[in-house]
Amino acid sequence: MDKSGIGHHISQQYNAELEELRSRVLAMGGLVEKQIADAVTSLVDADAELADRVITTDYQVNALEVNIDEECTQVLARRQPAASDLRLIIAVIKTITDLERIGDQAEKVAHMGIRLADKVRPKNNYLEIQNMGNLVKAMLNKALDAFARMDAEAALQVAHEDANADHQYESIMRQRITHMMEDPRSIAQSLDVMWASRALERVGDHSRNIAEYVIYLVKGKDVRHISLKKMEEAALDKR
Amino acid sequence: MNADNGITHSINLDDLQRERTRLDINSEEIALTVTDFNLFYGDSQALKNISIKIPKNRVTAFIGPSGCGKSTLLRCFNRMNDLIDIVRIEGTIELHGENIFAKAVNVADLRRRVGMVFQKPNPFPKSIYENVAYGLRIQGINNRHILDEAVEMALKGAALWEEVKDRLDESAMGLSGGQQQRVVIARCIAIEPEVLLLDEPASALDPISTLKIEELIYELKSDYTIVIVTHNMQQAARVSDYTAFMYLGDLVEFDDTNTIFTNPGMKQTEDYITGRYG
Repeated sequence: MDKSGIGHHISQQYNAELEELRSRVLAMGGLVEKQIADAVTSLVDADAELADRVITTDYQVNALEVNIDEECTQVLARRQPAASDLRLIIAVIKTITDLERIGDQAEKVAHMGIRLADKVRPKNNYLEIQNMGNLVKAMLNKALDAFARMDAEAALQVAHEDANADHQYESIMRQRITHMMEDPRSIAQSLDVMWASRALERVGDHSRNIAEYVIYLVKGKDVRHISLKKMEEAALDKR
Repeated sequence: MNADNGITHSINLDDLQRERTRLDINSEEIALTVTDFNLFYGDSQALKNISIKIPKNRVTAFIGPSGCGKSTLLRCFNRMNDLIDIVRIEGTIELHGENIFAKAVNVADLRRRVGMVFQKPNPFPKSIYENVAYGLRIQGINNRHILDEAVEMALKGAALWEEVKDRLDESAMGLSGGQQQRVVIARCIAIEPEVLLLDEPASALDPISTLKIEELIYELKSDYTIVIVTHNMQQAARVSDYTAFMYLGDLVEFDDTNTIFTNPGMKQTEDYITGRYG
């Protein structure tokens, strides 16, 4: 699929519908990115008010998911899209499901933010959550950017970065297990940190899923559940 | 197995393949082989160096914008273009390995083996029965018993028997467009051709009649090799196993239909089936 993407249909109306759909997905992506950023900030800065706002804003993410799904149904029913248009609709339907789940993860992190806000802060002020948040935010951003630009190579990088997120999660977990063994009074706090980092690790997984849909959209190859090497071949396949 | 929940079979997960099996033209039995085929109307070239294999007992659809040569190519398969004086051809078309343009070929015999149905239903101004029996009568078959049986078989084959069995002596002209088109298909299959050529067979019909014709195409492919030309891309997607996209006399792409409609290899194909400027 060429980079010019979704334009150039004889039906201007069809162009407009697909363009509108695409911009709504990106708007939803932007909102979800902000939710994750705010959730992490609320936890790191002990800002319970901000965390509350993240939780109450989640309904907007859900509303966008329902709205975009409805639009996709309309296009399928009225336009019978084929080839790259069909792949776009399929990719959108799947992408917004993952975005909605990322929204749910942001809500979870915000809940942990509220619980940790009035407890004693560790010396590093939850730097590990900040770092992991930065990593998965960047992954999500890159996945959405790859979607916007229909860039399979950029999407491939997201898949590569998912391994880093997994490693960070494992190292936080190991660290926290050590803490808990050394000082059983820290168990409650450690569990909250583990839940938050687990949520962020899931954000990485969902971002990787979105990147996989981008490769499907651009190259027409389904790259789910295959090795990174095979994914690389599909994403870099010149056609 | 629990009979109460209505599940009569389960998916064998060992056989579940990751990717849909693509049809592969190289593993098909081939009915028609077109090799380096050129066709000229006077000085203008309508078909440019076409090479394609049409698989047996499959539905092959030709799509492309008006003037791309798809109908011209279809008409070559039973030498309908012989009727046009200014037509000149190069290259070969083989039906089961036999060159249809060879001197020894009897054209009437070829057209019996390769039947054709046109866009506009063209029943003869005769009874339904005589329309279907027509091809057999010109072959000299007049035994009423044999004809009765053949007409019934053909009308059943064309999914029309139930609708007309009580009025076989009425004029075919009194039927609806969709029924007329099925009479024409029945007339075609009564003489048991090997290949059925359908040139826009449903474009003059309403959506329900169109679906009946499409259902019929699906049923007929177990007995016949079917080649269909259509402007309706969704129709090509629905009925065909293989799709060929033609543009300005060239065969641009030929592949299994699922591939053409989900992930075509050529940009021209993509632009056409998604309704973009070519």
